[in-house]
Amino acid sequence: MFAGYLAAGWEVASIVAVVAGVVGFFTVVRGAAFAAHVLPNGAFAGAAGAVLVGASTLLGLGAFAVAGAVAIAVLRRRARSDVASALTVVLMLGLGDLFLSSTSQYASETFSLLFGEVLGVSTGEVLPTAAIGAACVLAVALLYRPLLLSSVAPDVAEARGIGAARMELAFLLVVALVTTMAVPVVGSLLVFSLLIGPPAAACSFAVRPPAAIALSCAIALVTVWASIACSYATNLPVGFFVGALGATAYALGRAPGAWHRRGPHAAARPAAGTGRVPAPAAR
Amino acid sequence: MLEVEEVSAAFGARAVLDRVSFSVAAGELCGLIGTNGAGKTTLMKVVLGLLPTGGGRVRVSGRVRTRSGADIGYVPQKIQLEPDAPIRVRDLVALGIDGHRLGVPLGSRRRRRAVDEMLDAVGVSRLANARVGTLSGGEQQRVMIAHALVARPSLLLLDEPLANLDMRAVDDVVALLARIAADQGVAVLLSAHDVNPLLPVMDRVVYLASGHAASGTTGQVIRADVLSRLYGHPIRVVQAEGRVLVLAGGPEPSGVAANGCGASGAGDC
Repeated sequence: MFAGYLAAGWEVASIVAVVAGVVGFFTVVRGAAFAAHVLPNGAFAGAAGAVLVGASTLLGLGAFAVAGAVAIAVLRRRARSDVASALTVVLMLGLGDLFLSSTSQYASETFSLLFGEVLGVSTGEVLPTAAIGAACVLAVALLYRPLLLSSVAPDVAEARGIGAARMELAFLLVVALVTTMAVPVVGSLLVFSLLIGPPAAACSFAVRPPAAIALSCAIALVTVWASIACSYATNLPVGFFVGALGATAYALGRAPGAWHRRGPHAAARPAAGTGRVPAPAAR
Repeated sequence: MLEVEEVSAAFGARAVLDRVSFSVAAGELCGLIGTNGAGKTTLMKVVLGLLPTGGGRVRVSGRVRTRSGADIGYVPQKIQLEPDAPIRVRDLVALGIDGHRLGVPLGSRRRRRAVDEMLDAVGVSRLANARVGTLSGGEQQRVMIAHALVARPSLLLLDEPLANLDMRAVDDVVALLARIAADQGVAVLLSAHDVNPLLPVMDRVVYLASGHAASGTTGQVIRADVLSRLYGHPIRVVQAEGRVLVLAGGPEPSGVAANGCGASGAGDC
């Protein structure tokens, strides 16, 4: 499975894992999981449209991902963020349906865009993936402090001149970039699972933001590598393993916390200030 | 430090603030008192630069303020953090120094010391390495005060810091804010609907009612004639054991008005 013709697949999957680990940290901390679900799925429609008119798939993905990011950011000034995201994805999937119905020879390509074809990646895709990935990580590094403050204390950030709407748009554009880079490689369903599973698990273990980001990348890398290896060995799809391993990592991360909250420590410090009752221990 | 000059503001056609003027000097603690809807939040937003003024000016340290920025420390009523959000008290306070700047923070000894000093000043040193989301409401409030002060602003604004606290915590926070104003030489402006917890420490009070303001020392403002003019309605001020009751109703004998106050449960009482 380490044969030369598969090397590009490993490289690209590793790049996607690291970038999803970094960007996913903010997706989880901002509670933007739904938007991270919407953009890859909506961008899929863009790829369908691109095939229909004979344009590059990457271009179609990028255009729809960016349009989706802008649509969510604009709509949420007037509506709740979940409603804004939902309206966006519904509109985009509707367009996708229209595009798909207009073409007949698209079925197999559609399938690969939904679930990805990691091992079918060609050498030529490595460089564009690396370039867009580097842009994503650079953008997150540049926005790091205002984005973190705006994520944990939006009122305070706003008072300091860090506009919440501006931060939201900037972050969604980064997610759009991740989408463009990762959908052709790992599929629109898997980008989402990598953007949520590993960082959510990392947030349960690490207490400092930089440590959580590093751990998130590490878990994403292990998830992707193990998934490819398992897929190669069992001939089952990669996507199944990525989803299953991501969820397992998250469950492992929550288990100590859930156990902890049942102990005496929990009684001494109820989550009074948060106004939330701690989640019941998972069994 | 803070000068509010003839500031007006409106929501659509409804005037929320009508030519409000007052000032707070360095080291002074000023209470912004009024019931819900009196315009406290609007006034705070105007001072912060989050709402445009419909007239008048706000100056901070002598400079006219037209947009939000890091020169004012601001403490919101509460922050909503997931208990497992991966950010420690120390990290959040450090963002008070340079959270508005682009790029990744480089840990320096000076930065760390500034954070330690401020955590000590607000009395949460022992929580420095705890996740912010696991703290109680009162503890989170202290963390946000440290966050707001660590960059040494000349003005500290607090939105209803005494709401949702039990009585002992109220006295603790009031004492803390008075000490901060005196020790750090910062002008402190906080909104509240009850004047009483602040009476022992307040240098100045701004009383807001239906968009109009009366300001001065408590002795100048918490008076029947001043408040009656402000509300455009007869108001009585009853003093007892160093506390004041601000009651609706003319200067009739006690019983009636006091009962009316208790029954309505109005915040002014």
